[in-house]
Amino acid sequence: MLSIKNLQAKVEEKDILKGLSLDIKPGEIHAIMGPNGAGKSTLGNVLSGREGYEVTGGTVSFDGKNILEMNAEERAREGLFLAFQYPVEIPGVSNLEFLKASVDAIREHRGEEAMSSVEFLKLAREKCKLVNLDQSFLKRGVNEGFSCGEKKRNEIMQMMLLEPKLCILDETDSGLDIDALQVVAEGVNSQRDPNRSFIIVTHYQRLLDYIVPDFVHVLADGKIVKSGGKELALELEEKGYSWIEGEEA
Amino acid sequence: MAAVDFNQQAVAFASGANNNDLFKSLNEQGLNKFKALPFPTRKTEDWKYTSLFALTKNDYNQSIQSSDLSGLESLYEIAGLNANRLVFVNGVFKAEASSIEFQAGVVISSFLTADSNIKSDISNQVGKLAESDRNLFTALNNAQVNDGVFIKVDKNVQVDKPIHIVNVTTAQAKTATAFARCYIELAQHANATVIEQFVSSNEEQNVLLNQTTEAVIGDGAKLNHYRLNSEHESSLHFGGVYVNLNRDSQFESYQVLLGGQIKRLDILVNHNVGGRHCEMKGVYLPKHDQHVDIHSYIEHKAPNCTTSEVYRGIMADQSKAVFNGRIHIHPDAQKTFAELSNKNLLLSDKATINTKPELEIYADDVRCAHGATVAQLDEKAKFYLRSRGISAKQADIMLSFGFINELLDSIPLDALRIKMRPLMAEQFTSNKELTKHLLHEDEAGL
Repeated sequence: MLSIKNLQAKVEEKDILKGLSLDIKPGEIHAIMGPNGAGKSTLGNVLSGREGYEVTGGTVSFDGKNILEMNAEERAREGLFLAFQYPVEIPGVSNLEFLKASVDAIREHRGEEAMSSVEFLKLAREKCKLVNLDQSFLKRGVNEGFSCGEKKRNEIMQMMLLEPKLCILDETDSGLDIDALQVVAEGVNSQRDPNRSFIIVTHYQRLLDYIVPDFVHVLADGKIVKSGGKELALELEEKGYSWIEGEEA
Repeated sequence: MAAVDFNQQAVAFASGANNNDLFKSLNEQGLNKFKALPFPTRKTEDWKYTSLFALTKNDYNQSIQSSDLSGLESLYEIAGLNANRLVFVNGVFKAEASSIEFQAGVVISSFLTADSNIKSDISNQVGKLAESDRNLFTALNNAQVNDGVFIKVDKNVQVDKPIHIVNVTTAQAKTATAFARCYIELAQHANATVIEQFVSSNEEQNVLLNQTTEAVIGDGAKLNHYRLNSEHESSLHFGGVYVNLNRDSQFESYQVLLGGQIKRLDILVNHNVGGRHCEMKGVYLPKHDQHVDIHSYIEHKAPNCTTSEVYRGIMADQSKAVFNGRIHIHPDAQKTFAELSNKNLLLSDKATINTKPELEIYADDVRCAHGATVAQLDEKAKFYLRSRGISAKQADIMLSFGFINELLDSIPLDALRIKMRPLMAEQFTSNKELTKHLLHEDEAGL
């Protein structure tokens, strides 16, 4: 599904990713852990096509297509989804209208018929329920005045509506209390599917108690320095990142 | 073409006007005031950023030749708005397009068709508020006022239907000025909604519309006032709104201005007696070479009054806008609470905004805040939308519209809000595909 080979990228003239390689097959969940400044968020931003991140080397193939040549919206339409660490507040644009525009764009790309407003509202209300968001959130501005937990649940709701092939969760657990974490994890687990893959970027092992990964990778200094099964996360939690860094040296 | 002397021609035009007798003294007084006022230049503080050069290129001080309404009705239809309606074309009242429902305690009439027992009221009241000392166009309006709208609501009466005043301008054989006028008086605890709408035929305009509105809001009374300018982009509009608030009264105003060749609105609100509230919200959206200028003056002369002013503008292409919001707290106006916010979005490198929020405070126990911002579209927000499959172009439109939608969303009159939202969105694109995300409120079942 996703094949990253020797990816190198820089932000504002600073090299962040320094030869990252990763292969993800359909249905797999990969966790990416690592210390601050390792390049975890950069990876999500580079994959989703954020401007200002310059790819200086390597390839990224998504479902056989070179996504590095696509802009952000094309990647999203191809089925790539980034759940933001800090979802943006957009007052004046209602959540419902935003979601409708997004679903319209993606359905059109897939050659599916546009949904009527009534159909869409019904669907959006269902998804709200699944992530435990009151449906009044649909009428409010995008993320406007949402608590941290509500913002993250809104991200998961978008994921449910857009039905992407690959979901990148960028530190979705940051700022969440245990209840919100469970709701988010349940949302993600309900979306597990043999054809859908996940990249879970996180600092802490805690989230992985709820979303059990198939693989755990350690990202340090722009490269994956160690990969393993879910037990690697526990080991990291116990020994800290210096353990890996020490091992490398 | 040789430059024309606007003032000289205006005086000749007003002196030769064949107006009705109702406003003999006001006409005379206005003309005298006008004669004493110089034609504004860039050195005139109130006109620093708005050039009136266009008014010296042609002679606008000529009378209207035709005022045919046929085929223009759709310009001002507001679906679902059940209103008393008065239609004027180039300042001429069109009884056939107007409809006023009788209601006890309410007078709604054009000046010229008013019952004879009301005419003395009209003659005595109109012009009471419109300060012509500093505004050239108001002085000229006073000098030329002939027809207009008179609204008087008795004590404790709530006007059942909104009052929809339509001012249409159409192109003339030669340049001309149309005068329009509106006078509103609400007695104690009366309540009314007035919508002043300005539209024009969809063709190059050569009529200057000079319009003045006066509103006296009695003790405990409330006026909901809307002013919607959506004329052709070549239009010339000079508007003045003068409001006097009495004890515990309220003035709630929404202004929406699309751009014109020159569009200027002066609003003066007087808090003369304590306990009143003034709330003004405005949106201006010039594009191409259009120009919009809003000057508001709020005079707090008495204690315990509040003012909230929120204006937002989006300037596209080479357009220009001017916002000058002045709140003046006089020494007696203790316990005043006043806030003024003006936020602007520039969509192009060539667009301009000149904004000046002014607070002048001479009382010591007041709470006041003012601020202005100028920004471009938020790149983070744009990426967020694009990361959900929304095209860059549509994201721009969603964000631009969102910037003003916060104000549009607060319009309490449903029919108007539903009319304005798509109309405003169309300002950013003519491609309906790019605005189809805007859901019709009823349709979405919200």
